Amino acid sequence: MSLDYTNDGEKMEALITDVLNAYPDKFAKRRKKHLNVAKDGEEVGEEGRALTECDVKSNIKSIPGVMTIRGCAYAGSKGVVWGPVKDMVHISHGPVGCGQYSWSQRRNYYIGKTGIDTFVTMQFTSDFQEKDIVFGGDKKLEKVIDEINVLFPLAKGVTVQSECPIGLIGDDIEAVSKKKAKESGKTIVPVRCEGFRGVSQSLGHHIANDAVRDWVFDNKGGAKQNDDAGFEPSPYDVNVIGDYNIGGDAWASRILLEEMGLRVVGNWSGDATLAEIERAPKAKLNLIHCYRSMNYICRHMEEKYGVAWMEYNFFGPSQIEASMRKIAKHFGPEIEEKTEAVIAKYRVLVDAVIAKYRPRLEGKTVMLYVGGLRPRHVITAYEDLGMQIVGTGYEFGHGDDYQRTGHYVKEGTLIYDDVTGYELEKFIEGVRPDLVGSGIKEKYPVQKMGIPFRQMHSWDYSGPYHGYDGFAIFARDMDLAINNPVWGLMKAPWKPKAEPAPTAIAAE
Amino acid sequence: MPQSAEKVLDHAPLFREPEYTDMLARKKVMFECGVSDVQIQDTSEWTKTWEYREKNLARTALVVNPAKACQPLGAVFAAAGFEKTMSFVHGSQGCVAYYRSHLSRHFKEPSSAVSSSMTEDAAVFGGLNNMVDGLANTYKLYDPKMIAVSTTCMAEVIGDDLHAFIQTAKQKGSVPENFDVPFAHTPAFVGSHTDGYDNMMKGVLEHFWKDKERKVGTRINIIPGFDGFVVGNNRELKRILDAMGVDYTILSDAADQYDTPADGEFRMYDGGTKIDDVAAALDARATLSLQSWCTKKTMGFIGEKGQETASFHYPMGVGATDDLLMKISDLTGKPIPVEIEKERGRFVDAMADSQAHLHGKKYAIYGDPDFVYAMARFVMETGGEPTHCLATNGKTEWVEEMKALFASSPFGANAQVWAGKDLWHLRSLLFTEPVDFLIGSSYGKYLERDTGTPLIRLTFPIFDRHHHHRFPVWGYQGGLRVLTTLLDKVFDTLDRETINPGVTDYSYDLTR
Repeated sequence: MSLDYTNDGEKMEALITDVLNAYPDKFAKRRKKHLNVAKDGEEVGEEGRALTECDVKSNIKSIPGVMTIRGCAYAGSKGVVWGPVKDMVHISHGPVGCGQYSWSQRRNYYIGKTGIDTFVTMQFTSDFQEKDIVFGGDKKLEKVIDEINVLFPLAKGVTVQSECPIGLIGDDIEAVSKKKAKESGKTIVPVRCEGFRGVSQSLGHHIANDAVRDWVFDNKGGAKQNDDAGFEPSPYDVNVIGDYNIGGDAWASRILLEEMGLRVVGNWSGDATLAEIERAPKAKLNLIHCYRSMNYICRHMEEKYGVAWMEYNFFGPSQIEASMRKIAKHFGPEIEEKTEAVIAKYRVLVDAVIAKYRPRLEGKTVMLYVGGLRPRHVITAYEDLGMQIVGTGYEFGHGDDYQRTGHYVKEGTLIYDDVTGYELEKFIEGVRPDLVGSGIKEKYPVQKMGIPFRQMHSWDYSGPYHGYDGFAIFARDMDLAINNPVWGLMKAPWKPKAEPAPTAIAAE
Repeated sequence: MPQSAEKVLDHAPLFREPEYTDMLARKKVMFECGVSDVQIQDTSEWTKTWEYREKNLARTALVVNPAKACQPLGAVFAAAGFEKTMSFVHGSQGCVAYYRSHLSRHFKEPSSAVSSSMTEDAAVFGGLNNMVDGLANTYKLYDPKMIAVSTTCMAEVIGDDLHAFIQTAKQKGSVPENFDVPFAHTPAFVGSHTDGYDNMMKGVLEHFWKDKERKVGTRINIIPGFDGFVVGNNRELKRILDAMGVDYTILSDAADQYDTPADGEFRMYDGGTKIDDVAAALDARATLSLQSWCTKKTMGFIGEKGQETASFHYPMGVGATDDLLMKISDLTGKPIPVEIEKERGRFVDAMADSQAHLHGKKYAIYGDPDFVYAMARFVMETGGEPTHCLATNGKTEWVEEMKALFASSPFGANAQVWAGKDLWHLRSLLFTEPVDFLIGSSYGKYLERDTGTPLIRLTFPIFDRHHHHRFPVWGYQGGLRVLTTLLDKVFDTLDRETINPGVTDYSYDLTR
């Protein structure tokens, strides 16, 4: 039920010109390449709709001093890809800060007894001191791994998440990992995700994917792997790749895939165990949600193990239905039939959610600025509720992400890559959307401007937003953000009124 | 189907529905290759033993769940307390995203800071170009009155020279020659965020005081230290000082920066110590540090400039507030006013009213060294016992100070101090030598879950409760709030333990 609308492209162009004027010339030229307005394209997508062109430069170094919102390679590896693997200990190798600031902040839900057989919401660090920088940290790393083995005997393995100094002081974490894997018989994965590598989180994802390939699939450390002898493959085995189970997203997705008759043999990497990573090549199909962070390993599994992969989108009923049908088609009529029954079953919920929330949200405009997949993937979920996307952009997207974005955004949509604090503030001021979806650093400035906001990395401590069960929560959350009475209280009554206060709607 | 539009289930109840619990049970058995429930239970019990505690305390390399952050966080916090000041952190950019997020999650406020965004080429060639370009962009885009430069560990490992880089940037016109760019080297592999605070404060004062002749005046300077309760505390401090009629300068006052109004305008900068006042602070008669362990180097520097200096350990509780006020009165010749004395009396009155509920209670306290000192001191004033006092960033001299504090009161007889230990150590301590209450930050909630010790959140960072930091814990008024916070937890715990109808509710008393 795609909405038909266009945005005011000329106004957006003017906003871009305005923000560029604030930069020193050299950097105005560089930033110009990252900002654009979606144009009507020639190409027609699978949905039969003309795609827009979101032509911006991306995956380029951030400019110094401009307040980029991006993170680093460590954040991409430890924070995103490896951190959620629940039965391994992930060492933040280096000084204390990186692990401290990222401790428990991604909301990767999991089931397990923390500190005993699972370790996700803990901060393990080698807490580098000056002497470790001067003399090297390999000996300390050995000791750290030994101490983990004593105190956390049920851990299935260890990953070494490198912080900046590791690569600069010439430590050989690979040699340490091999030695310790041999001694302990457990999987030890060295990851070269030092924060200065690459230009954003993105290279960290890639490096983490490569570490899975080399140190789990190819078992470079030579550790004993999980005994999967009892595993009997079925024709309907799939892996869910790139779902980090934020607020339980992967669970709200898994339930649908199982109802369709599929068997999810591995979930990467939310609520995952090492066994689920090791087993992945035995599946028949990789279903990839966050393309940006895990396409690398999917391509590898296709090449080496012949596992096909398919992108899907479980945000909002339109995309969920389309994705489920696409997935079912891969498996044939039996699954397709079951899938139609699942769609029909949940249609009741979808209709009720839309009937309740669409009238409260109809016509509201949204600006997004998020990470890997969400700047495009959530768009249709908003449109299912009658809302319109007026601007979107990626922290660390690549060209193929912007290409895919053309399937989602309408003509005249403002597109911003690696947006700076200054630009985002000016764009929001200029557009005055009804809702902004971005991260914790953006939340409070936007709210002070009197504009409702939802964090779209952590689901603002809510979620899940995936699947049908998640869509109900998503709709409820957007309603409570936009229709709260606080936005009408911002101007003191004795101040001249610039515009009428927004109207609030009480929860039902 | 568990979900419905009428009553939307959030994650907590949703995943307890049978459809989900069955699904997750199947996942566990069929795909996770986990260890047996018996093994989990046995290991879990083992971690509660003295044997495990000894192995745990014997760790020399691994750190698990530390209660400290790295230097630049403290530097960014210190810089936020100066008028229209932008923090510029030289090094990798991910770090800055982390500091900003960390501070925003605690204060529920914007936290602005920029990075010089150094990458691999800068690791090889040094970050001079990043500094030159970065300062130019920050100056142009964010219109600061001052840019305070600190460093991530990347820049420190490759040895970038901030002084030289900033000079070069000025020569190249990134910022005007006379524009204030104080700086501090803040290596993450030395000390903690409290040292970063110290280094940045010293850097700022050095910048403004260099080549300046001191003319001794009558004002006093106060340096609050790294404080998650800065919003409430600094305002309370100013109220007290104004009531006393003291002329003062608070050096780094982030109260307004981390508490801007919601009125339709985003203020990137608000409040803070005026730049002119920072320069003039050289002439003060004396400088008081309210957190000794946040200001060792800074106070040394100020002492060298000829000022009288005195350091305190977080003015929370009766005695700690008395000490501070008497020192201020002593230095300025201004008497402590009757209103403040009455506030003291009211605070003590409240303590007397509630003494029965706090006497003999045992606590584990963790956090930064000055906070732990003050909290232990106040607990002892209520008749409580600070059984375990832990600071991951505590040093040997801090241990000595804590021992002297314990020796000063009969309630410290069984108190133990744990410097350089982390919250996984504390877990062992709580299992083997239990206490009634745990006082610390939000991270303590995992200890509450594992050991059942009720957590009282009174120090940075507090992520999972809102707005506590907007109220003071300093002074007599602040003390009243700390007292109430302790008592609320005592009574809530008592009610929870006695709420079972027909079983324990004979003690579910209406009046306590």
